[in-house]
Amino acid sequence: MTTADTLLLFSLMALVTLAQRASFIVLGDRVTMPPLLRRALAYVPAAVLAAIVTPALFRESGVGVGPVDVRLLAGLVAALVAWRTKSIIATFATGMVALWTLTYLVG
Amino acid sequence: MSFDRSTFVLGVRDGAPMLVGAIPFGLITGVSAVSVGLDPVAVVYMSATVFAGAAQIAAISLVGTGAAMWVVLLTTVMINLRHVMYSASLAPWLGRYTVGERLAMAFVLIDQTYALSILRYPKEGTAFSRRDYILGIGATTWLVWVGATAVGALLGAQVPAAWQLDFAIPLLFLALLVPALRSRPTLLAALTGGSTALALAGLPFNLGLVLAALTGIAAGALAESWQTRSEA
Repeated sequence: MTTADTLLLFSLMALVTLAQRASFIVLGDRVTMPPLLRRALAYVPAAVLAAIVTPALFRESGVGVGPVDVRLLAGLVAALVAWRTKSIIATFATGMVALWTLTYLVG
Repeated sequence: MSFDRSTFVLGVRDGAPMLVGAIPFGLITGVSAVSVGLDPVAVVYMSATVFAGAAQIAAISLVGTGAAMWVVLLTTVMINLRHVMYSASLAPWLGRYTVGERLAMAFVLIDQTYALSILRYPKEGTAFSRRDYILGIGATTWLVWVGATAVGALLGAQVPAAWQLDFAIPLLFLALLVPALRSRPTLLAALTGGSTALALAGLPFNLGLVLAALTGIAAGALAESWQTRSEA
């Protein structure tokens, strides 16, 4: 993507995001959300985030402990920390340190 | 309605603790954007105009893997769908403001501003400036978000590739995903979405992501209706 394409993409993202946030606030009571849609919306974050994160964790770095890639191992450690601490910083720090340590030990 | 400075400041003060999360998130966003080859200026422009952390990180990783523009936009729509819920939930409180004011409030409608406002409004009277409260939280968070992204982008440009900072992207998503898995239907939505995405990873334009998200959402919603039926 060229820089012009990137800026166009980001501008469109900004418009789409604002439209979603403004939807009900601006249109007010003139629209109501169907119950089925409301129910489905609750599962969007979990489904989308998992769909992004899973292939990224299985993408091979070329360095593995046996058949298991170090990125997957570091990701599992980070997931455990995310579950226990709910902290972005702790998850990020543990995941990166795990990746560096494993890469250093195995590579 | 005139500007109520003390209510704005109250918003700034209530929003301050949330910045602890926004600063590292913004730094990581800046660093990872540069690590996939984006221009630092473009990243700061994105933070200033889009102002949606999770959607930005997703877009960065998709642009990094050469995804088509419409896939990035569709992903943005899906990740931001929760904002439609926030908008529906806050709308009854903001009916007295002009369209321009409502747009300004919508621009800063993120997780933090929504959570604080929806807790505060019912406790205050009608004289309370709901507009200045939410704008106080939003303006502070926006400034810090853009600043943190800029610092991250500048730092990221100095970091050697051997540090593998692109791994920050899945880590950040894990940090958002794992604490959100609070019910069985949610867990099922995540497991279905994740495994479908993995199975379809070879599809062009990252189309697998879109299909996987839809499958995961359907799985979650179905599981919820089964759960409700068996409890009834």
